Amino acid sequence: MEVTSPAFKDNARRALGDPQLQKAMGHVRTGFIDKRQQVADALPEFEQLRDSARDIKNHTLEHLDLYLEAYEEKVRGAGGEVHYAETSAEAREHILGICQRAGARIVTKGKSMVAEEIGLNDYLVANGIEPVETDLGEYIIQLRNEPPSHIIAPAVHLTKEQIEVDFRRAHAQLSPERDLSEPTSLLTEARGVLRERFLAADVGITGANFLVAETGTSVIVTNEGNGDLTQILPKVHIVIATIEKITPTLDDVSQILRVLARSATGQEMSVYTTFSTGPRRAEDPDGPREYHVVILDNGRSSMLGSKFHDMLRCIRCGACMNHCPVYQEVGGHSYGWVYPGPMGAVLTPSLVGIDAAGHLPNASTFCGRCESVCPMRIPLPKMMRHWREDEFERHLSPATTRWGLGFWAFFAKHSRIYRLGARLAIRILGKLGSGKGRFKKLLFAGGWTRHRDFPAPEGKTFQELWAERDRKS
Amino acid sequence: MSARDAIMSNIRRSLEARGSDAGRRAIVIARLDHPPRGVIPERGQLPPDERLALFCQIAEEASASIARVPSNDGIPEAVAVYLRDHNLPTEIRMGEDSLLAGLPWASKTQITIAHGPSDGSDAVSVSHAFAGVAETGTVVLISGSDNPTTLNFLPETHIVMLSAEDIAGDFETVWENIRRRYGKGDMPRTVNMITGPSRSADIEHTILLGAHGPKRLHVVIVG
Repeated sequence: MEVTSPAFKDNARRALGDPQLQKAMGHVRTGFIDKRQQVADALPEFEQLRDSARDIKNHTLEHLDLYLEAYEEKVRGAGGEVHYAETSAEAREHILGICQRAGARIVTKGKSMVAEEIGLNDYLVANGIEPVETDLGEYIIQLRNEPPSHIIAPAVHLTKEQIEVDFRRAHAQLSPERDLSEPTSLLTEARGVLRERFLAADVGITGANFLVAETGTSVIVTNEGNGDLTQILPKVHIVIATIEKITPTLDDVSQILRVLARSATGQEMSVYTTFSTGPRRAEDPDGPREYHVVILDNGRSSMLGSKFHDMLRCIRCGACMNHCPVYQEVGGHSYGWVYPGPMGAVLTPSLVGIDAAGHLPNASTFCGRCESVCPMRIPLPKMMRHWREDEFERHLSPATTRWGLGFWAFFAKHSRIYRLGARLAIRILGKLGSGKGRFKKLLFAGGWTRHRDFPAPEGKTFQELWAERDRKS
Repeated sequence: MSARDAIMSNIRRSLEARGSDAGRRAIVIARLDHPPRGVIPERGQLPPDERLALFCQIAEEASASIARVPSNDGIPEAVAVYLRDHNLPTEIRMGEDSLLAGLPWASKTQITIAHGPSDGSDAVSVSHAFAGVAETGTVVLISGSDNPTTLNFLPETHIVMLSAEDIAGDFETVWENIRRRYGKGDMPRTVNMITGPSRSADIEHTILLGAHGPKRLHVVIVG
């Protein structure tokens, strides 16, 4: 997938002026936040479970090589195959090879962010295989040839009117007279169209929320049931997952499940949580005859032990973006690659490079809401700050930023000069602005005054007032 | 070097000096052999009657419907009533589950039964749950010829028979029971945890039931 993160500023400006997008994004603001709060409040142990989930992932990452070995042995013992891929290209080749050996023409897909990360659909199409996204949101954006704009609600940027237009175009075999004005009629139509594809598919590809070392099991969590139809109906099931999805035991999975659905959709539990271990057994009347797991690294093993280590705890619930004031305004596509919002602002530079994704960690007010709701307690603002430092150290920030920061740093390091300068500036600005009490334009502050007035300072500096307060007490 | 070896050695390099290999390995083996239980919510830790009531309450909140019968013999009639109330056909599909097969379907109802996995043409399926979880109103189903997994997803109506005594307070108890039945470290091919009927909120955040899986989930609880 093409990375348009370097154009973040243009993307965001366009998004802010797009009335359809702004209407659709209203659902993020109203839909996710209250529901999460309600179910979190309804479970007295929720905060304790967040600690437990964090500790489990920390423990797992410390022993990742050994848990991977244990997992792999269990998968093989259950009759499945494990394929390792260092890069996206290797993962795509493994998957294509399995599809070709199965003689596949149609491949159904459950929702997988890793499949987006490796650009799987385009690669399959280029090799004569038709991938069919089966999650309703993913299906809609596949029809539009768009990437997802949210990691769990991929079509959250669209209105039902836009989806109706897409369905009329893509399902031209159906009567043009039909009514598609309501979400329910759109869903019924997609269910009918996709049911045929499920039954026709030769291979099913899903992601995994967890890979369980204790049992060699892959776990998917869905609400629609599309992931299950994808993995039980075709003769071959391929799981694509990254190394940090390993979780030691079924009990550990249960701890994390208790914070996953609540943080993601505000449900006590998602509708379908499915544990799959190997291909169908001798006595099974249904299920896949082959079971493959493709385990992808794609730079993650190098994040271990680095200052971005904590990001590997992410379980892809989407709570950080739901609560992000920047994401809520600009939508997921502005971020220019697969992972949007705060988690994307940390992960994207790790995966595609800070030179391409430098705008993302800068597109934050550091309000801290993402960290406050992250079920895995990932310090997202701290890591965005690390990226800003990296960007600065590698001389990737623009000259004006560098010059401005250098100027400020000089004063910050020399407190007497800082206090003197601040006192002078406050006095002068206070005099100049004493008439209206505000500035419509101000030198070096065009970015601020373009959108709002700059209030004129009144009286003394903060430090002066603080010192006076100290003297009085 | 294979991709596997490259990834493993990169992981070890990144984690360097974090304990000796033998020590690390012992920690991993201990956790896999004796999984720590973690934080178990109080809400499910109840005497059987209240546990059953909690299961029903949360399952209904998740849009499942519930019927209660005193004994297994009452199941066929409860299914027949549900089918009639929802104007559904009287053909059902089920697996080889011996408990379901031994019920008085023919003497008590007009229901006709097909056996085996679904190919997508069935309107109604009936399964026997391995367990229920009161904490979240979840039913747990296990793959195999007794209760084929396709029955959980393809028909529009899924009816699940659950014994009240199989309702656990929490997931961890269910894992203990699965380990006891299948052996430590081994799993049936598929374990489905199902909480209410299929749904999607992908269009304008409107929750709609019956996305790809069943539109209706009906749980018949015995006892």
